[in-house]
Amino acid sequence: MSQQTELPELDSVGVLRYAWRQLTSMRTALILLLMLGVAAIPGSLIPQRTQNPIQVSQYFKDSPALAKWMDRFSLFDVYGSPWFSAIYILLFISLIGCVLPRTIEHFHAARALPPATPKNLSRMEHHSTWAANGTELDVARAWFKTHRFRILEKDGSISAEKGFTRETGNLFFHLALILVLLGISFSSLFGMRGEAIINVGERFVNTPTSYDTLTYGKLYKDSNLPSFMLTADKFVAQYNIETSSPEDYTLNVSLLRDDFSVVEKKVIKVNSPLTIGSTRIYLQANGYSPVVTVRDSKGDVAFQGPVPFLPQDSNLRSIGAIKVPDADPQIGFVGSFVPTYVRDPNGGGAQSAFPKALDPRLLLSAWLGDLGLDSGIPQSVYRIDTSAMQQIGLKTLKPGETFTYEGGSITFEGYIQWVNLNFVADPGKKFALLGGIVAILGLLASLFTRRRRIWIRVGSEVEVAGLAKNAAPGLEIEMEQFIRVLKGDK
Amino acid sequence: MSRTWAFASNYLIYSAMFVYTLSFFAHAIETAWAVKVPTDTTKTLDYKRTEKVARIATAMMILGFILLFAGVIARGISSSRVPWGNMYEFSITGALAFTGAYLGALRKYDLRWLGLLVSISVLLTLGTAVAVLYRPSAPLVPALKSTWLVIHVSAAIISGGVFLLANVIAAAYLYLDNMEAKGERTAWAKRLPSLEVLDQLSYRLVAFVFPLWTFAVIAGAIWAESAWGRYWGWDPKETWAFITWVAYAAYLHARVTIGWRGRRAAWLCLFAGSTFLFNYVYVNIWGTGKHTYSGL
Repeated sequence: MSQQTELPELDSVGVLRYAWRQLTSMRTALILLLMLGVAAIPGSLIPQRTQNPIQVSQYFKDSPALAKWMDRFSLFDVYGSPWFSAIYILLFISLIGCVLPRTIEHFHAARALPPATPKNLSRMEHHSTWAANGTELDVARAWFKTHRFRILEKDGSISAEKGFTRETGNLFFHLALILVLLGISFSSLFGMRGEAIINVGERFVNTPTSYDTLTYGKLYKDSNLPSFMLTADKFVAQYNIETSSPEDYTLNVSLLRDDFSVVEKKVIKVNSPLTIGSTRIYLQANGYSPVVTVRDSKGDVAFQGPVPFLPQDSNLRSIGAIKVPDADPQIGFVGSFVPTYVRDPNGGGAQSAFPKALDPRLLLSAWLGDLGLDSGIPQSVYRIDTSAMQQIGLKTLKPGETFTYEGGSITFEGYIQWVNLNFVADPGKKFALLGGIVAILGLLASLFTRRRRIWIRVGSEVEVAGLAKNAAPGLEIEMEQFIRVLKGDK
Repeated sequence: MSRTWAFASNYLIYSAMFVYTLSFFAHAIETAWAVKVPTDTTKTLDYKRTEKVARIATAMMILGFILLFAGVIARGISSSRVPWGNMYEFSITGALAFTGAYLGALRKYDLRWLGLLVSISVLLTLGTAVAVLYRPSAPLVPALKSTWLVIHVSAAIISGGVFLLANVIAAAYLYLDNMEAKGERTAWAKRLPSLEVLDQLSYRLVAFVFPLWTFAVIAGAIWAESAWGRYWGWDPKETWAFITWVAYAAYLHARVTIGWRGRRAAWLCLFAGSTFLFNYVYVNIWGTGKHTYSGL
């Protein structure tokens, strides 16, 4: 060891050691903890891509310059941003650096005997002294045993200690938090999350192309998708007559698992997802798909089938688009479906009075021209870019009615319901849950146990004293009790 | 039948408000009349003069608690579910939890000086609930139909009640500390216990309820997993629950590990409590996300 290694500012090891000490100090941990809290705030005030992509794009439309700058600081994706990650990663490194050495230390301390009785007990708190009768040491030993103190007896004195659970609980709490984080990371590597809209009566085959959106964890592959087939047999939505708020959604499905031999009948409800292996299927949303038939001028069918429309309000007024790219020229319908038709009293268009289809109407505006599907720009299936089209008519249809326009017709055959299912594989959640449970138990143990020492020395006089760590209350009462037992007057 | 229960619930809550008002006046009289001005013009306190009024005040508080409790139960019966489906119901239950926390702590500590603040804040909460937040009794939306509603929401409401009580005490600490710095004491300040007791008391309450809040958050996560398909999604309510958790965790660390006491600890406690209030008021009313149901 040369002289230089002792000067941290000149030596990289020294600098690292210094940085490590700073990072794992309690003060830094506390500052990082508060920073994590503060850093979480913007994500709750600014719309986030993961929760509210539509509002984010609205932001970009309303004030593009500001939004661009905000995007540079990941303000639309706070919880996945580099700076947010930096804070919690540093916090957890700090936590590990703090907790691991303490765990080792505590492991040794828990097996060691309490330190010997101090020479001068009169300096300690709760000190009291009285004339001895000779049996006190035995009484004290018995009392310590029944109260589960750990004791060290030496030269006519007993040093007793209790309350190690406090630190044990504290350490378990912090280790459990690390387990929660590991669970979350595990899911982000091996998890999967997908969404699909399925018309009632249709079948869903679990392959990547069946999904509307699908995201994999970094180590999840197509081949990890379990093979099954799901048919949406029946969907029932119940609504409150007075408030038209939903009361129950029930989806009946037929499930064919990987060996494709037995059809199982299953029920999916909002609070009870369907579990297939490690994948769970959740009922997330529902709406209406008007069923239409579009014919060309010769009467041949150009398009036929249900088209999912997106609900806009609690009474399920829904909007959507029917695109017929095979017609020549191309034709598109911008549509609005109302399950229970009423005229808007304020003079607007049609409104829905109730979410159940009591008196459904399909409102259509027909457009002729170029749908722009070949331009390569991704388009919403619920909207039509009418910039290169010409409006040729407006019509409100009841089920069974047909709207005839120049060059063809469209028939509103009826409607079916669709359901939006979420498919989630989250293999890390059991670790996170275990971490959560251990954290609570550890917290309870650490907050409700008191660590304290009691000493007794017996010579011609009895001398007792006590010490409560962390200034925990309650030792006074315990000492009084102890002294009463020693003096024999229970 | 359910209408009758809903009406009964409303009447019980109005009665509770009336009784809380009586309690508030009794506490006010107690605080004001305890001051005696002897001949040498220095003001002193004489509680013997007001002991009877103080007892009435506490009795009214207990009666108000019972009426409110009955009102909350009746509300639950009227819709045949736990009464935690909208903000009106959260508010009446929250007021109940707050009074409960106060009365519970009163058994152990002499907290009657706090009665004035407790009765007025309960009255304000109930008043807002009845006047602004009231919604007719109705069944739950499907997402709320779960056993976890009982577990998650009750844990959250009780935690909230105790957090707010700790907050009021921390505020009283700061108030008294300012008074002492100026060398003066108002009548109410004279009723307060020592700074040290206030400091310990707010810490004790937070330490007691922090595990419950942790549980409320975890129970919420378990429920979210079965209702929404993910246990954590940084929904505004979740985010603010997390912020509250982090703030109180920082408060506990600051006290236990670093040894913060007094003013700094009280301010940190107030900050943590305000994140809880913000979550309740802002996120419920103006926020977006999955925790907003049927209006409020």
